[in-house]
Amino acid sequence: MDGWKVMTDAILESPLTRPAAHSHSSGRVRFSLVRYKKITQVGIKSIYSHGLRSLLTVLGIVIGVAAVIAMLAVSEGASFEAQQQFRDLGASNILVKSVKPAEVEETSRQGFGPPQAIVYGLTLMDVDTIRNSIPGISNVIASRIVKKNVWNLGISMNTDVVGTAVDYPVSRNYNLQAGRFFSESEVRDHANVVVLSAEVADALFPIDNPLGGSIKIDSDYYNVIGIMEPEGFSNLGQNQAGASNSAPSRIFIPFSASKSRFGETTTRQTAGGMESETVELHEAIIQVDDQEAVIEVGEIIDQILQRRHKKVDYTIEVPLALLRQAEESALRDSIVAGAIAGISLLVGGIGIMNIMLASVTERTREIGIRRALGAKKRDIIAQFLIEAVILSGVGGLIGVVLGIMIPFIISAFWGMTTIVTPIAPVLAFSISAMIGVIFGIYPSMRAADMDPVEALRHE
Amino acid sequence: MATLEFSSSLGNTAPPAGIANPTIVASLEDISKTYYMGALAVEVLHGVSLEFFAGDYISIMGPSGCGKSTLMNILGCLDQPTAGKYFLGNEDTSQMLDDELSTIRGARLGFIFQSYNLIQQLNVLENIEMPLFYQGYAAKQSNEIAMGLAERVGLGDRVDHKPFELSGGQQQRVAIARALAVDPLIILADEPTGNLDTKSGAEILKLFDELHGQGKTLIMVTHSDELAERSQRWVRLLDGRVESDDRRDS
Ligand SMILES: Nc1ncnc2c1ncn2[C@@H]1O[C@H](COP(=O)(O)OP(=O)(O)OP(=O)(O)O)[C@@H](O)[C@H]1O
Ligand SMILES: [Mg+2]
Repeated sequence: MDGWKVMTDAILESPLTRPAAHSHSSGRVRFSLVRYKKITQVGIKSIYSHGLRSLLTVLGIVIGVAAVIAMLAVSEGASFEAQQQFRDLGASNILVKSVKPAEVEETSRQGFGPPQAIVYGLTLMDVDTIRNSIPGISNVIASRIVKKNVWNLGISMNTDVVGTAVDYPVSRNYNLQAGRFFSESEVRDHANVVVLSAEVADALFPIDNPLGGSIKIDSDYYNVIGIMEPEGFSNLGQNQAGASNSAPSRIFIPFSASKSRFGETTTRQTAGGMESETVELHEAIIQVDDQEAVIEVGEIIDQILQRRHKKVDYTIEVPLALLRQAEESALRDSIVAGAIAGISLLVGGIGIMNIMLASVTERTREIGIRRALGAKKRDIIAQFLIEAVILSGVGGLIGVVLGIMIPFIISAFWGMTTIVTPIAPVLAFSISAMIGVIFGIYPSMRAADMDPVEALRHE
Repeated sequence: MATLEFSSSLGNTAPPAGIANPTIVASLEDISKTYYMGALAVEVLHGVSLEFFAGDYISIMGPSGCGKSTLMNILGCLDQPTAGKYFLGNEDTSQMLDDELSTIRGARLGFIFQSYNLIQQLNVLENIEMPLFYQGYAAKQSNEIAMGLAERVGLGDRVDHKPFELSGGQQQRVAIARALAVDPLIILADEPTGNLDTKSGAEILKLFDELHGQGKTLIMVTHSDELAERSQRWVRLLDGRVESDDRRDS
């Protein structure tokens, strides 16, 4: 028997070392990209032949990825807005505003006859008390805000006229675009000078340079000496009781001028008739030396004002506290968002696993054929894994597109600030591809572990 | 060796006359195969020993259920025997890992099945290229090989057709082209004409004759004595044993 086993080398070389008969060594590319290109084509073909099923499969991934991006954009926008407000209002500021108390409104409605002036709000006495009784307050800027029609020749507009102190722009981080703010001496002299917000300047002086011009309020003329920068997002601190809180238009005159030209009592038109009110101060910005103490000082101010006011006719805003709140709620939002996105990605992954298992069963015979023709286990794994990754990747891509569009829609329709950072789509897409791998592994292993004979017998 | 005595006692397993230096391409030594179905064990092959020579054309015959397909699956490294040794060339396949067996199937063996087993989503050319793909051939080269083989089996004008657009005979010819793609050591065919009418079957067998003429080693399972006529050697199985093993004298 041994004699017969003459090995003719040409035929009986080891099948593992013998180069394939038709090939030149240069023509053979092991583990090349070509190999994976081919497998990828197989995967794409299979996905394509089940178009609708594949689309439904990836819906979970689409939603998950879109949700991740959109929610990140919204919370990024919210935190940006919060920081913007915080910057506008100043970290070491406390804002106290006059608010018309609820009960007063009712009594005034019941009365007939000539309107009675309602007296409420902050007074100079309040401000002095606060300044004198709390250490660590570096400055208090008190303002009166009166709504007036202002004129430049034939053009007029209704705007808030803020009578304030020289430090106002500094305290609010609100810079001048041109000209200057009024000076101490102008405040002392009740000078008729005015600084316009960019919006008012544009409206009243569409052609001319406002600087050096003058505007008319009631029967007095005021020289325009400065123009503020256009305002950012923040409208906080602008709204006087009853005034519109959306138009950021306002103009600034010396506190003393406001008091002597307009008087203490203002009259305005309401639905029920004329209404008069006497408000000494509309708002006061209290600057605190030490940022750490801001929240505590805010509480002390509240105690002082509670003692001095019978009714709650004021509000206290501590920007730092607002920021903390905003940050907290942004964090809460992103945890909720993360959970929702995580759940839908998980559901998406399970969907992919389900469809891949179906695909493996459906193609049992194909697997058997491929194995019989020389496919290794890892070839089968690669084939199904690539298919799963393509599925989740396509889902991820659709999700990224949606996820970038949704924030735009939110901004356009609800006016919310949204910011899509470049990291968000990249992150979301990587997660989706990973989901494909994680949930594709099990079905692929099942496919590879099939017995070739059994698989070939499968109908 | 007991196996040697056993198989030689059955008759003519001597090398074909006229071949000076016969080469054994495959040998089975006392192969048995048992299927386990729960607690039930069924032995389907009971100690089969056979040797196959290069360039031989063998028909394996026997009644249904006697173990022909089981034997073919073992010869094709698709299945492992429960006991015994299977040498392919000079290598013991029972010692091989799954990856090595895959390589053997892909690079050294060519399968032809009764039900063709083409992949329906792929066209004729892609089906023929498949074994080459798993052996890492470059796209251009495997394309050339597949084109050549498609022409050789008479389907040069059908390369972009899908299997379901072809007749049974044509599908089987694609399967033959696919089996030839890697230029295998042995071509294994389990009832290759079982699903075909006489005329298509004859075409397939004509191809086999050609291959045999070119010195390829062919092992074919068939039920038909008429088809078996064309081969050189006839192995008859009965209940999992070799009943007879005859060779054409000439
Ligand atoms: N996976 C399996 N599990 C259990 N029994 C099996 C299995 N495969 C085959 N058998 C049994 O082994 C025996 C031989 O089967 P095999 O398919 O080899 O027969 P065959 O000679 O090819 O028959 P046919 O001519 O009908 O194709 C049969 O009795 C069959 O029932
Ligand atoms: Mg059979």
